[in-house]
Amino acid sequence: MSILVIAEHDNGSLKDETLNTVTAAVQIGGNVDLLIAGENCNAVAEQAAKISGVNRVLVADHAVYAHQLAENISLLVSELAVDYSHVLAPATTNGKNFMPRVAATLDVSQISEITAVVSADTFKRPIYAGNAIATVQSTDKVKVITVRATGFDAAVCDGSATIESLDKATDAGLSSFVKEELAQSDRPGLTSAKVIISGGRGMGNSSNFSLLEQVADKLGAAVGASRAAVDAGYAPNDMQVGQTGKIVAPDLYIAVGISGAIQHLAGMKDSKVIVAINKDEEAPIFQVADFGLVDDLFDAVPELANSL
Amino acid sequence: MQREAMEFDVVIVGAGPAGLSAACRLMQQAQVNDQELMVCVVEKGSEVGAHILSGAVFEPRALNELFPDWEEQGLALGEKVSADEIYLFKDEQKATKIPNCMVPSTMHNEGNYVISLGNLTRWLAEKAESLGVEIFPGFAAAEILYREDGAVKGIATGDMGVDENGQPKDSYMPGMELHAKYTLFAEGCRGHLGKELISRFNLDSDSDPQHYGLGIKELWDIDPAKHKPGLVIHGAGWPLGKNAAGGSFLYHAENNQVVLGLITDLSYENPYLSPFDEMQRMKHQSVFKQYLDGGKRVSYGARAIAKGGFNSLPKMSFAGGLLIGCDAGTLNFAKIKGSHTAMKSGMIAADTLIGVLASGDAGGQDLTQFAEDFKCSWLNEELQCSRNFGPAMHKFGMVFGGVFNYLDQNCFKGKLPFTLHDLKPDFAQLKPASECHKIVYPKPDGVFSFDKLSSVFLSNTHHAEDQPCHLKLQDATIPLAHNLVLFDEPAQRFCPAGVYEIVEDEQHNKAFQINSQNCVHCKTCDIKDPSQNITWVTPEGAGGPNYPNM
Amino acid sequence: MKVLVAVKRVIDYNIKVRVKSDQSGVDLANVKMAMNPFCEIAVEEAVRLKEKGVADEVIVVSIGPKVAQEQIRTAMALGADRGILVETDEPLESLAIAKLLTKVVEVEQPGLVILGKQSIDADNNQTGQMLGALAGMSQGTFASEINVSENSVEVTREIDGGLQTLSLNLPAIITTDLRLNEPRYASLPNIMKAKRKPLDVKTPADFGVNVISGLKTLLVESPQERSAGVLVGSVSELVEKLKNEAKVI
Ligand SMILES: Cc1cc2nc3c(=O)[nH]c(=O)nc-3n(C[C@H](O)[C@H](O)[C@H](O)COP(=O)(O)OP(=O)(O)OC[C@H]3O[C@@H](n4cnc5c(N)ncnc54)[C@H](O)[C@@H]3O)c2cc1C
Ligand SMILES: Cc1cc2nc3c(=O)[nH]c(=O)nc-3n(C[C@H](O)[C@H](O)[C@H](O)COP(=O)(O)OP(=O)(O)OC[C@H]3O[C@@H](n4cnc5c(N)ncnc54)[C@H](O)[C@@H]3O)c2cc1C
Ligand code: SF4
Repeated sequence: MSILVIAEHDNGSLKDETLNTVTAAVQIGGNVDLLIAGENCNAVAEQAAKISGVNRVLVADHAVYAHQLAENISLLVSELAVDYSHVLAPATTNGKNFMPRVAATLDVSQISEITAVVSADTFKRPIYAGNAIATVQSTDKVKVITVRATGFDAAVCDGSATIESLDKATDAGLSSFVKEELAQSDRPGLTSAKVIISGGRGMGNSSNFSLLEQVADKLGAAVGASRAAVDAGYAPNDMQVGQTGKIVAPDLYIAVGISGAIQHLAGMKDSKVIVAINKDEEAPIFQVADFGLVDDLFDAVPELANSL
Repeated sequence: MQREAMEFDVVIVGAGPAGLSAACRLMQQAQVNDQELMVCVVEKGSEVGAHILSGAVFEPRALNELFPDWEEQGLALGEKVSADEIYLFKDEQKATKIPNCMVPSTMHNEGNYVISLGNLTRWLAEKAESLGVEIFPGFAAAEILYREDGAVKGIATGDMGVDENGQPKDSYMPGMELHAKYTLFAEGCRGHLGKELISRFNLDSDSDPQHYGLGIKELWDIDPAKHKPGLVIHGAGWPLGKNAAGGSFLYHAENNQVVLGLITDLSYENPYLSPFDEMQRMKHQSVFKQYLDGGKRVSYGARAIAKGGFNSLPKMSFAGGLLIGCDAGTLNFAKIKGSHTAMKSGMIAADTLIGVLASGDAGGQDLTQFAEDFKCSWLNEELQCSRNFGPAMHKFGMVFGGVFNYLDQNCFKGKLPFTLHDLKPDFAQLKPASECHKIVYPKPDGVFSFDKLSSVFLSNTHHAEDQPCHLKLQDATIPLAHNLVLFDEPAQRFCPAGVYEIVEDEQHNKAFQINSQNCVHCKTCDIKDPSQNITWVTPEGAGGPNYPNM
Repeated sequence: MKVLVAVKRVIDYNIKVRVKSDQSGVDLANVKMAMNPFCEIAVEEAVRLKEKGVADEVIVVSIGPKVAQEQIRTAMALGADRGILVETDEPLESLAIAKLLTKVVEVEQPGLVILGKQSIDADNNQTGQMLGALAGMSQGTFASEINVSENSVEVTREIDGGLQTLSLNLPAIITTDLRLNEPRYASLPNIMKAKRKPLDVKTPADFGVNVISGLKTLLVESPQERSAGVLVGSVSELVEKLKNEAKVI
């Protein structure tokens, strides 16, 4: 078996999700090659060569790949894919954009957003917004897969793969890049944040939310809220996490003064680590928290901010 | 903004058994008479059946009349009742099975079916549509329209896309006026338009006050080995005991599912009583627990029932329309069945209407003919015979009321020459909290019993965010200034969806919080608020629970 | 220009899904079904293009069981002109759907095809892109804004970390993201009118498409429930555990 992993990068640096995807590839087993398609992406190739588990780093450096246009990248990948048993890409907006084109070109199905590898042809993936987990088996000659980063640990970077450059460039001539505006805010958005600290009705009023912001600033975290806090006017609507708010799954979710109603849990229960700070030890939030602290939030949160 | 209008012969509010039976019957008769008829039904639920919650042990009498060949037409009603069991519960463990011969005959269920009323209405809706009825789910009748002479002219559906402060959003769509020669109101128990009609036309001037119960129900998947299709169990006594009248039920439906619930009579006096918590602990009774053990809860919901029966039945006709089904109060409480009676009332209404319309009537009349037609039907006889059941239970209590009912129903067949009356409305029954003992409910165990919010979760309730609150307070100061002081604000406990909360801030200032998005449209607050200060109005169409086969 | 919109019938997004006890799938008995929310946005966008005079006909297609006609009618009540149902009781994979859509595209020759970015049941996020590859068309996925001009369409896309704008040659595929628009409500007169709009029913065999898939679902389970972790005694203990044990800060 041999596996081709498509790297996620911005021509300047490799994105973390690539490391998780390599881990998924290693779990499938076999020879792992990494493709970097971009323009002036040498630095990325250098970085990628260090990922342990990677055999070769293939570099397609050309202007047609500068902006990861799906029409162009998918032609390159489907051409390379015939030599592999699996093609994997991170389930980023970029991976999700071009991979289905690869699958269709190869006349195979795609397996989207796997969270676990059962065997070389069998995978687990969430369906119904994570409310069910499907185990799917593929009999296709090439298995085209996108990988959800949170399902796999990041590969370590102590390897030394060879770097080979590919002399390939096809422009499908269907689309062109106009512009890109990347958000420049200091605080990440709720759905993309790696750490979230959320406040509930226990916060008492809107000015107390600044306590959470102090912690958020130290952790580079986003600030969220329960519906009770939003309804009480402590926080704006777009900060609501839960069934009727945003669905989030950060690495760390800190729930402060939130009781843990099922409708709130529906929005954050897939977080990797959950911390609860609540003065009521019977609050249901403690039943899902990895770490619970029974304490008055007005003591605990400032202390937390100071100790970070 | 000017609203558009559409004209129909008949507009029906509510796609429950009453409204849909009326619709089907109208079109069937129109076909027979070769009469052109435009009939539409508006339904506030997101689909037909989404807001239907019932037991239900179903007596097929009305259905047999409406679609004699329902079986050939592909309707799978449910399980035929295979056995009836009635228990008197003393506590969590002790249960006395009442011998069959001691049970009032109205509580016998041979020939009946354990069904999902939601699924039956879905089937009726299909039939109605194929007969040419326009059904509009997701549209609530928000307002009654009157002609200049005061007769009902039709209804207006609610505006959509209005924000919390009543301002139109981007998605704003004004309501529609639906004009009709006659409008049938079939909103079920405590219809909010029905309430307006009853007071505007003084329809209840000659009847007793309506009485209500709150039914809280759950649907469970159970261990197939324990499933006894068609077994019907009723219970009385614990957990309500002396605190309230009412009764519990557990029916074995199809597909390894059971439905169970508790009906709490809303005439209770102790403001600390919580029907929700009573229902949760009821499931710990060993008779119920044996079936639930190893099972999984699938759905939850609640709905009030109008149980005043014959004595409380208002005049059902008024200029331009009729009240049918539980909107009027056609439920037979001696049987705890209102579906077949609701259907029948709709069918009688259709028969009255079809004659009137055939004669070229332009609409807007008070169809007193309906009362005549009603009187000649089995429905009238059935309700009349059961008229003493509810008041007897209330007057004499569980045991003696039960004996009375046994004698009344089995020996005298409901024909005793006197009538018991129950004249105090339910909301006026509450005693001040200071005169009552606090009821301490056990914590839910997460296996058989659950908290309110995780229960509401299973009702699939959804209301579009950012819309005006549909629970209107006439006087916003009453909850804190009056209800809290005198009754410890019972809305916190009688609402089965956790809509009402008393919240306190850091400075211990209290506030009355209304979480209107949780509302499962049971109507209890509109009924039981001791100050009659809460008015339930329709939220944006399609809002509310999304019940599966409830 | 014709605009083709593909819509899918799925479980209503307000319904809590429940895995069947035999783990063969999700229980769909008695549950409310509706148009996939992203498809609703696609319909709305197409109708707006028609209102702006950019599109002259909006055709809506669904591939699914007979009852999926309900969703086509809904789309027509929202403003689509006619419908096509490719009727099949088999649940099809994205690739088969994309192949069928390719055939519809060949027949209808639309200038734009608008689809939802993903359906909320299978969460695949594939069909639009696959159709793009099979039909040889450009694609603008996860669109939050589109501007159509003579021979091209400019699409603003929601990508990780921000927005990207592309220019696509027509004909093109657009898949919708949540912020593209807020769909309107269907009005009662339009619901009644929709019942009389034309709806063609076809089968996969009519198009000669082989719908066999290389994927098999072996099992569907409920996600693992979280269990309670540990209580910590102090903030410092918490920070220590987050740093050294959980390694998340
Ligand atoms: C249809 C529907 C949709 C919903 N959608 C959502 C949703 O999307 N998101 C959501 O969050 N909710 C949602 N809810 C509401 C949900 O059911 C709860 O009501 C809500 O999450 C409660 O918020 P809370 O935990 O902040 O408030 P509460 O339940 O009041 O909890 C406050 C907590 O703060 C603690 N506390 C108070 N003071 C302190 C202090 N000084 N120090 C430490 N702890 C303190 C208390 O012990 C308590 O546990 C929805 C409900 C319904 C019915
Ligand atoms: C827990 C419980 C158990 C029961 N058990 C049994 C039993 O075992 N057997 C039995 O026969 N009966 C039983 N009943 C009673 C039975 O369910 C009712 O009598 C019956 O449903 C009444 O039918 P209806 O058509 O009058 O009203 P409903 O069934 O209440 O239907 C009214 C419909 O109108 C809609 N609506 C209301 N207002 C508006 C509006 N303004 N605009 C648009 N739409 C509106 C509602 O959404 C609903 O769909 C039980 C009831 C409960 C609550
Ligand atoms: S708010 Fe009123 S109608 Fe709504 S669930 Fe509570 S008691 Fe029932």
